[in-house]
Amino acid sequence: METIIIALSKYLIILFMLAYTFECFSVFRHKHEEGRKRIYIRQNIWMFFMQSVAYLALLLTERDLSILLFYFLQLLIMVAVIVLYHILYPRANRLILNNMCMLLSVGFIILTRLSRERALRQFSICAFTLALCMFVPYFFRRFRYFDKMAWVFAGFGIASLSLVLVFSRVINGSKLNISLFGITFQPSEFIKITFAFAIAGLLYSAVSLKQVLISGCVAGLHVLILVLSKDLGSAVLYFVAYFAILYVATRKLYYYLLGFAGGFVASVAGYFLFSHVRTRVTAWRDPIATIETAGYQVSQSLFAIGTGSWFGTGLSQGLPRSIPVVEADFIFAAICEELGVIFGLCLILICASCFVMFMNVAMRFHDPFYKLLAVGLSTMYAFQVFLTIGGVTKLIPLTGVTLPLISYGGSSVMVSLILFSLIQGMYISYRDENHTHPA
Amino acid sequence: MLKLFHREKNKRERMPQGNREILVITYVFIAAFLSLIFYLLYFTQFVGHDLINNPYNKRQDLYAKRVTRGDILSRDGEILATTLTDENGMEVRTYPYGNLFAHAVGFSTHGRTGVESFENFNLLTSDVYIGERIANDFAGEKSPGNKVVTTFDLYMQQVADVSLGDRRGAVIATDVKTGEILVLLSKPDFDPNTIRLRWDEINADSDRSALLNRVSMGLYPPGSTFKVVTALAYMKEHADTDDYSFDCNGSFTYQGNRINCFHGQHHGTVDFHTSFAKSCNSSFANIATTLNKRSFTTVCNDLLFNNRLPCPYSYKQSVVTMNAGSNIADVMQTAIGQGKTQITPFHMNLITQAIANNGVMMRPYAVSGIYTAYDDPVEETGQEEFTRLLQVKYAKKMQEMMEEVVTEGTGSKVRDTYGYKAAGKTGSAEYSADKGRSHAWFTGFAGVDEPEIAVTVLVEDGGSGGEVAVPIAKNVFDAYFGSRQ
Repeated sequence: METIIIALSKYLIILFMLAYTFECFSVFRHKHEEGRKRIYIRQNIWMFFMQSVAYLALLLTERDLSILLFYFLQLLIMVAVIVLYHILYPRANRLILNNMCMLLSVGFIILTRLSRERALRQFSICAFTLALCMFVPYFFRRFRYFDKMAWVFAGFGIASLSLVLVFSRVINGSKLNISLFGITFQPSEFIKITFAFAIAGLLYSAVSLKQVLISGCVAGLHVLILVLSKDLGSAVLYFVAYFAILYVATRKLYYYLLGFAGGFVASVAGYFLFSHVRTRVTAWRDPIATIETAGYQVSQSLFAIGTGSWFGTGLSQGLPRSIPVVEADFIFAAICEELGVIFGLCLILICASCFVMFMNVAMRFHDPFYKLLAVGLSTMYAFQVFLTIGGVTKLIPLTGVTLPLISYGGSSVMVSLILFSLIQGMYISYRDENHTHPA
Repeated sequence: MLKLFHREKNKRERMPQGNREILVITYVFIAAFLSLIFYLLYFTQFVGHDLINNPYNKRQDLYAKRVTRGDILSRDGEILATTLTDENGMEVRTYPYGNLFAHAVGFSTHGRTGVESFENFNLLTSDVYIGERIANDFAGEKSPGNKVVTTFDLYMQQVADVSLGDRRGAVIATDVKTGEILVLLSKPDFDPNTIRLRWDEINADSDRSALLNRVSMGLYPPGSTFKVVTALAYMKEHADTDDYSFDCNGSFTYQGNRINCFHGQHHGTVDFHTSFAKSCNSSFANIATTLNKRSFTTVCNDLLFNNRLPCPYSYKQSVVTMNAGSNIADVMQTAIGQGKTQITPFHMNLITQAIANNGVMMRPYAVSGIYTAYDDPVEETGQEEFTRLLQVKYAKKMQEMMEEVVTEGTGSKVRDTYGYKAAGKTGSAEYSADKGRSHAWFTGFAGVDEPEIAVTVLVEDGGSGGEVAVPIAKNVFDAYFGSRQ
């Protein structure tokens, strides 16, 4: 009986995931948010089914009753988030909300499988942040001076990153974390948000050459400090977000192309300047040839994905722990190994649907500040997904960034939740202002 | 989803500024997401399967819980390795031919080697009908693993085994047209059926080194077989080799460096061809003094010395230390295959195979296909050109010269053959300060109308290549052509 359930759960999880993903895109067939309601409810059902089956399989394989408790806690918080949003913000975007819950659930499932202790820690941070984020849309609607605060955000960002550079200890070759009152933060995660605010604030009103240069200097300083801290993944994200905002603000294609060219030159320069960049490129070109040294991580990741193949090994049936830092940067490999590549593909599609929805929100705004802010946050999100999944599958060299909402890491998941809530806040205030003719 | 954007695009007059730019960015990112998706599809379908068959992938052992390790068969379907399960469900890996395929097939009972290692993943994968696999999954029973069909020829392997006898050495035979490995024999060997019990004892005996696969892991001085390389370098520098002539009185001295012929033999007046056929060291040392060191080094590297080889087995790279800056003593030693030059029998066979195949080296392979437990094909290995090692004209000329080794020179013991014609090069490589002792080498090919099979033989401390190694190769040739009549 047990073996049947474990074997069956593998296929059921994929089936529910496929159904959910399909609904993500079928909502776009309906013009109005009202017409999409039934789909959203179905999505919630698929999500809860998937969660239940996954935790049943985990309970049977890991034989630990605390998993049951953990499952109910999660169920509780997911239901609470969905119901509270429904009551407090009836005009919220349900697709973004559902996707947020779905990505969190996937993260909890795989983290529970990898390390119950870490899953629990991640869960407490999420619960706390989710509670906090309940106020974000409200606050966002009331507080309307963000556009005037560009220099505050810029100064705060540069100062925080500099503090990390000066005071942080080197871990794995990079300076990332700083401890405050016993809690360890990764400021480069939080500064992503203030960075988008700063650049949007600097560029929304005027795009004279002077203003472009000023914003360029601010962005350049952020990126430079990150490069000096050897936090290259974040540096790349800031860089991409800056050029996306600049392009939308100026509406000049050559700025966009300049961004591509600049990115190319910077990558080549990085290759020759930093040995750790060269190591990663070597590992990317042929991880198997350097399996005993630089290529070990990526090789193990590819073994995991390849061994998992389309349907995966089933939860707790693989060996994802053989990949170093699997629960953070390499979580996608663990997901593909145990839940299958089909599941992984669905995950990419869900992230893509989030991004499309984010950009959709950006397009609705007439207010240039919010428009630019939404563009900055969306591109940062999408590019981070691309960097991490591309890295663990060896499409591109590894940059060492997390998969938003799924990877283990307090700062990462907090900032991802804030990012989702901010977009949600923008969407709600847009709909509040235009509620006579909803989109 | 995209329709939504287009609709909004049409109403652009009313829409906020900057939306066209947002669309551009969205499309660029959608392209990035699509590239992730297509890459992952491609990886899973075409790359993953081969990639995960790697000894570093610890996941392979997990498969053993759900799959019974498949059989390994010879090219004619004889079972070389199988898994027997007793009534208690205990599995025993069994090798019916004992020592015979100890290195070729390897073992999986104490670590993994040979075919058991590089086909481990296929052996532990079951590609029987999915319904049966799911049914087994649910019933908690194991599915039968895939069969691996090798390219090994049982009869030829047996002949090689008997011919080499108790001596230490290696024999490898490959099909020059396809790259199939027909014989792979290394001695001393061991019985893979008992390797687990006797591991410590066998592993501790460093004198015998029975666990070492001498075919691909054994590095030996090539001796006169290296004259193939030197002759090629000379041909490349001299369009016309006919005007070469040398008077051999048993030794050659140049700038104080003296090279002796094997056992001090006097070869008299030799031209380029007879120098090669009679394996005249003095003449080749003389040739070495005329060679451009840079292009000689290039010829070596082109023949994959100091390079990676396409080898399914664990292997060592062959070594030539000579370079453009080497002194003349080194070059002279290198030219006759002594000095610091070292080669594996496997690599020697690759070079021979390429010469016999008019310059094109086929990728050598030991597994011709993977089949399910019910003999449905899963994957079949096709022949594949690896690279062109040398131009056709040089290959043809080298074939001719290697034929003369048999008809007029040191390879006479494979002269009188029935139904086929053989060619090759002998070698007697000194390996220690004791000049009287040498490894016996022969590398050559044979065919009825054109070359079909390449055989390389090495006998450690065997003495003369022509006396000791050639007869073993002849037996292997006989087995190949005899069984085909």
